[in-house]
Amino acid sequence: MKAVAIPVEVRVAVGADVDIVTARQKGRELAAQCGLSSTDLAVVATAISELARNIVRYAVRGEIVLRAVDNGTKRGIEVVATDDGPGISDVPLAMQDGYSTSGGLGLGLPGVRRLMDEFDIVSRFGKGTTVTVRKWRR
Amino acid sequence: MQVPILKQGPYLIATVQSALTDDDLKELRNVLVEKVGHLRSRGVIVDVTALDVIDSFATRTLRDVAHMIRLRGAETVIVGIQPEVAFSMVKLGLTLEGVATSLDLEEGLAYLGRPGKASGREGRRDPG
Repeated sequence: MKAVAIPVEVRVAVGADVDIVTARQKGRELAAQCGLSSTDLAVVATAISELARNIVRYAVRGEIVLRAVDNGTKRGIEVVATDDGPGISDVPLAMQDGYSTSGGLGLGLPGVRRLMDEFDIVSRFGKGTTVTVRKWRR
Repeated sequence: MQVPILKQGPYLIATVQSALTDDDLKELRNVLVEKVGHLRSRGVIVDVTALDVIDSFATRTLRDVAHMIRLRGAETVIVGIQPEVAFSMVKLGLTLEGVATSLDLEEGLAYLGRPGKASGREGRRDPG
């Protein structure tokens, strides 16, 4: 699905656990501006929280970019979580429920995929990871 | 962000008032586990009505609180999980299995005070 960004973009540097809270609050604000329902605001904020925590936990430093998007028929929010951390050696394995390398619940990425409408992950071992998710207004 | 903890009779009531960082959550856990012994509390209520997100870390920490408090001999009830928060938690695959939850503070107090539970009212317990 082609998504055209409308010129609203918020960037949040993520390097400490306080940034997780900042990122999800900014995401909630932008999602509200995009007209998402109150349930979807919580859904988007929760997904951002998980993505931001992965950055802090695995990569130490990265960025969350939030964008209002429009695919021609509907508006939504796009969240891009980028880091230049160690990358994920086996993405299909990381997408399985219950998998974790850091003693967490191991539900991060599959859970985020369930929360959002669109999910894309690009990870290069040793180079970093970019996760892009979108939620459309219903 | 410090979470105010109120002592009400045999119970402790921790009322979360705004978004908590991971460190805030750990601090809350540690303070509750400490205070429940210091004040000889029978029950702990954690009111999360104000939280708009309960993610994997918050869920795990709340579960840890309940289990640690249980080991200290008291009971924990999480109250006030909002409907959209519950929705997000379940979609994410998070549950609070083994942890008591109630709709709100009033229900939480009623839960702790029910006969035969951690109410400090053993004397009035119904036989059988």
